[in-house]
Amino acid sequence: MSVLAQITANGTELKSALGALGAGFAYGLSAIGPGIGIGYLVGQSVQAMARQPEAAGMVRTTMFLGIAFTEALALIGFVVFILLGL
Amino acid sequence: MLALEFPPISHLVEWPDILFKGNSLFAINKVVLGFFFATIASAAIMLLGGRKQALVPSGVQNIAESSVDFIRTQVVMQTMGPEGLAWVPFLLTLFFFILFNNILEVIPGWQMPGNARMAMPLFMALLVWLVFNVVGFIKQGPVGYLKSVLFPPGVPLALYILVTPIEFVSTFLVRPFSLAVRLFANMLAGHILLVTFAVLSAAMWSIGPSLVILPLPVLVLILLTAFEVMVAFLQAYIFTILTAVYIGGAMHPEH
Repeated sequence: MSVLAQITANGTELKSALGALGAGFAYGLSAIGPGIGIGYLVGQSVQAMARQPEAAGMVRTTMFLGIAFTEALALIGFVVFILLGL
Repeated sequence: MLALEFPPISHLVEWPDILFKGNSLFAINKVVLGFFFATIASAAIMLLGGRKQALVPSGVQNIAESSVDFIRTQVVMQTMGPEGLAWVPFLLTLFFFILFNNILEVIPGWQMPGNARMAMPLFMALLVWLVFNVVGFIKQGPVGYLKSVLFPPGVPLALYILVTPIEFVSTFLVRPFSLAVRLFANMLAGHILLVTFAVLSAAMWSIGPSLVILPLPVLVLILLTAFEVMVAFLQAYIFTILTAVYIGGAMHPEH
């Protein structure tokens, strides 16, 4: 109890601790969705390329575009992580 | 235990001024020198490659020709079609500038990607935003362009209440933001990743006796360096192809 009181007495410490906690959650949670998304996207692209090798160039271009859009969410999470962690 | 002292992030990306100290607008530090290098290198490749046009290319001419061919067939033809070929010089310049900025991340002794600071990605993203909007205004006219962006055809009338704000935000606000953040965050993440494993390797080294586990972080560091070379290429490619997609989208109205 006295430890808790000590921590709450020092507001800045609590704030930075919660900031670090939030930063960890921000990046971890923001990586889930894009992780699933990119895995699904690339898997389907590989399937498409295997089924129709002559369309591989077009599929690859679209795949990279899709990866770029999907990845943006995780990267925004990473930026938030950096901002909260500092 | 391990003598791990991870430096704060400001130590990794903020460099002291070298020239024009105190004059904050024109101060030159390591990052700015990297920009100069990227500018000179991307100009030099094209100038040297185009100086003596041999029928069978070799050396620098080989790199220049294959990169032009890459941008033309893999980027422009895939996204904009034949009428986008006039944009090859712009996209090629963008590609090489970003690539040389990124590749500084793994050059031994330098190891600071210029795009790990927000300034240059943001500037390039705003430039691309300006370019594709101006192209849309010129090719489709102000009314036609805004109509094709904000009111895409084939949507039920009532849904425009929902679609128009979304399209406005995604085209005019999110596009430059995500373009800049994608490049910046990828490069910063790669830089921090390399620093993390370098610090870990150094800490392992300083322990001394436990040399048995020493090779592991070094091995990962080497593999990550190779991975970062790939990321440098990939990010330059993605930035270029997204620029091509945006300009191509502004040239043709959606149907």
